[in-house]
Amino acid sequence: MAQTGIGGVQQYNYDIIKKFAIMTLVWGLLGMATGVYIASELAWPFLNFDIPQITFGRLRPVHTTLVIFGFGGSALFATSYYVVQRTCQTRLYSDWMATLTFWGWQSAVALGAVSYMFGYTQSREYAEFEWPIDLIILVTWVVYFTVYIMTVRRRSQPHIYVANWFYIAFILVIALLHIFNNLAVPVGLFSLKSYSLFSGVQDAMTEWWYGHNAVGFFLTAAFLGMMYYFVPKQAGRPVYSYRLSIVHFWSLAFLYMWVGAHHLHWTALPDWTSTLAATFSIMLLLPSWGGMINGIMTLSGAWDKLRTDPIMLFLITSLSFYGMSTFEGPLMSLKSVNALSHYTDWTIGHVHSGALGWVAMVSFGSFYHMVPRLYDTRVYSTRLIYLHFWLATFGIVLYITSMWVAGIVQGLMLRSFDDYGNLSYTFVESVAFLHKPYVWRALGGLFFLSGVAVMAFNLFMTIRRSRTEAAELETRIAVKMARA
Amino acid sequence: MPDWFLWFTRFENTKVVALLLFFTTFCAILIYLYTGKKRGKRLESYKYMPLQEDEQDLNAANGGENETHEPDKR
Repeated sequence: MAQTGIGGVQQYNYDIIKKFAIMTLVWGLLGMATGVYIASELAWPFLNFDIPQITFGRLRPVHTTLVIFGFGGSALFATSYYVVQRTCQTRLYSDWMATLTFWGWQSAVALGAVSYMFGYTQSREYAEFEWPIDLIILVTWVVYFTVYIMTVRRRSQPHIYVANWFYIAFILVIALLHIFNNLAVPVGLFSLKSYSLFSGVQDAMTEWWYGHNAVGFFLTAAFLGMMYYFVPKQAGRPVYSYRLSIVHFWSLAFLYMWVGAHHLHWTALPDWTSTLAATFSIMLLLPSWGGMINGIMTLSGAWDKLRTDPIMLFLITSLSFYGMSTFEGPLMSLKSVNALSHYTDWTIGHVHSGALGWVAMVSFGSFYHMVPRLYDTRVYSTRLIYLHFWLATFGIVLYITSMWVAGIVQGLMLRSFDDYGNLSYTFVESVAFLHKPYVWRALGGLFFLSGVAVMAFNLFMTIRRSRTEAAELETRIAVKMARA
Repeated sequence: MPDWFLWFTRFENTKVVALLLFFTTFCAILIYLYTGKKRGKRLESYKYMPLQEDEQDLNAANGGENETHEPDKR
């Protein structure tokens, strides 16, 4: 715990990390609660209550925005500011610029969520923000890039640790994606509405080039940066192979850029484009698994930690889910598999095995490591971490298995023909079948959300304890001074 | 547009050129990383960076200089 005690106040800017860490939990709770609510709306449609603002169609982008950008984004800002300062052994380049990124990001997420509820959306998946909010994000991101790069530039270490490479790639690529995907012409200066610069299949191609690279660089590369720092730190051992991490970085960064078109199989997109995307998706399995093995093998020779350290359980389980979803992804990118899986709930299950199993779990593990150090104290309850782990794991398993059942049966029902070439099932029969899996999915989500509530309580108590400890210390010092 | 440039725009040529470029780069990265004992040792020594921070914080607090990285202990 020496790091905060010694270097915390002067050497590093921990205030900005604390702010982002707290907002990660706030957005996580709100976003996941929204997710459970919309999952329940699908199982029990009366929950829409005929109120436009809370119907599934409007709340769905609220859910994705709050969890991806609110929860995930804030977690990335927090951990990247922590990792860059710690590994470069220097303070952030500019405190006010870092604060600007905080307010810029939080306001964009909040404005986005409210605007979707009132029906303002540009209808681009994971980029629903209307153009004025896109501009706020752009400014915030340029400032973020400046702070990060300038901090790396003034490092007191000769080498840039690999976690920073992943974070830098994430910042650079997201800037590129955000700008090109959101090129649009506003209807008027005082209108929220705008029209995309692209049209037809090119518009779809641009959207999924953005969409899958958001998965690749926002939800994968950046969280790998988190993994390459926090797994060795928590394990107390160096990463298994540094050279493998370099191969991992370059091959992942190169291959991800090509795969977006696998979201558009069997559409108006030229066949060669989607074949190319599928080919690169299959190749992507290699760096993904190389990275996973590198992370898991960090524990080589110290597997007993999994029996005694719940934070390690979170981190290693997250890597296992990373391996599983990066196997499932290439599988689903094959045209023949995609013909069955696309437009079904299998896709939703796949996304959540990555988002909950990998992204959220690696964030939880990293936060349990980082937050007590930020406040120079110990975590309030290790038992609550175990409870969180089991709630989260049980919730994910329930979620993804119900979605596999839902998606595969749905796909089979929609493509089933009788001897005369007529469809065997009506569409509404497939909808009726989905009720039970939807109930199980909502239950799985509820378990996962309960785990996050436990974590929020545990970390809240950790922060409160640190304040009590600080107050006690001050009193002791004051008493000693008075006696002297 | 010059003729030699147009040659690259034909798909049957672009594919081969791209494959050669990317595969050569990939091989070059692998050769750089996995040949040369000294270089390998240096690269692997960077993996200790996250584990040396507390010690470096102490050094910094005592006014000493930060150590860069230590040799591979494996």
